[in-house]
Amino acid sequence: MIWESWSQFWEMGGYGLYVWGSMGVTAACLVIEVWQARLANRQLFIQLRKEDEGNL
Amino acid sequence: MNILRANFWFHYAGPQAFYGLAGRLWPWCAALAAVLGLWGLWLGFMVAPADAQQGEGYRIIFVHVPASWMSMVIYLAMAFWSVLGLTFNTRISGMMTRALAPTGAMFAFLSLWTGALWGKPMWGTWWVWDARLTSELILFFLYLGYIALTSAIDDQRRGDRAGALIAIVGAINVPIIYFSVKWWNTLHQGASVSLTKSPSMAQVMLWGMLLMALCFWFYTIALVLYRVRTTILQRESHTAWVQATVQEAA
Repeated sequence: MIWESWSQFWEMGGYGLYVWGSMGVTAACLVIEVWQARLANRQLFIQLRKEDEGNL
Repeated sequence: MNILRANFWFHYAGPQAFYGLAGRLWPWCAALAAVLGLWGLWLGFMVAPADAQQGEGYRIIFVHVPASWMSMVIYLAMAFWSVLGLTFNTRISGMMTRALAPTGAMFAFLSLWTGALWGKPMWGTWWVWDARLTSELILFFLYLGYIALTSAIDDQRRGDRAGALIAIVGAINVPIIYFSVKWWNTLHQGASVSLTKSPSMAQVMLWGMLLMALCFWFYTIALVLYRVRTTILQRESHTAWVQATVQEAA
C-alpha cells in the first residue's frame, strides 16, 4: 500500500481538489447518465402501456 | 459461415432483431465495465506510485486520457453508423448515432473538465486557446450541434439524415485533435501512448490507464445498447412485436 493514512489519501499530496474534482465529476456524470437512461426507458413503458389500454 | 453472409448482418439491422441482441449484450458489457473500472482504480490509486515530476497530481490521467479517447472514438462510431445509414438506408443506423451522441458529449465535457483541473496546478492556467484544447472544444460543440439539430427536426428519418451529415463532416476534426500536438506547438504534452513507440510512462500507471479506458469502452457499449432499445420501442411502437413486448413486461 502506498498510503500511510486515509487523510494522506484524500490530500493527494496537495492536489486533492484537482484529483477529486476530476474523479467526483466523472462519477457524477456516469451516475446521472445511467439514471436518465433508466428513467427514459421506464417512462416509455408506462406511456406505451397506457396507449395499449386505450386501444382495447 | 453464417456471419460472413450479408444476410446475417441485414437481419440484425432490423429493429426487432437488434432489440433482442442489444438486450442480451448490454448486461455483460455493464458487468465487465464495473470489474475493469474497479481494477483500474485500484491500480491507479492504490498501487501506482507518485510521479517524479507531478507528484500525486498526475492521477487525473486515469480519467482524463480515457475520457478524451472515448470522446474521439464515439464521434468516429457516429460517423461510421451515418455512412452505413446513408448507404444502405438501414433504420437502426440513425438510432445508433442518436444513442451515441449524449455519451460522446459527456466524455468530451469530462475531457475538458479534467483537463482544466489538471492544467491549473501544472501549467498555472485552467484554459489556453491552443490547438489541442480548442479542437477538443470544437468536438464538444459538434456533439451539442448534432443533438440540437436531430431533436429539432420532427420527421425522424429526415433528422437522421441531417444528423448523419454533421457526423460525417465533423469527423474531420477527430484526426485534427489527435495530431494537434504534433502539427502545432502546444502547451499540451505529446501522446503518452502510441502505436509506434514504447509508452513513455511506468508499467503500472500505463496498465491503470488502459484498464480505465477499457472500462469506459464497455460502459459506453452497455449504455448505448440500453439507450437504443428505448429508441427502438419508441419508433416501432405501432408494431405488434412492441405491443407484445410491452404487455409481457407488465
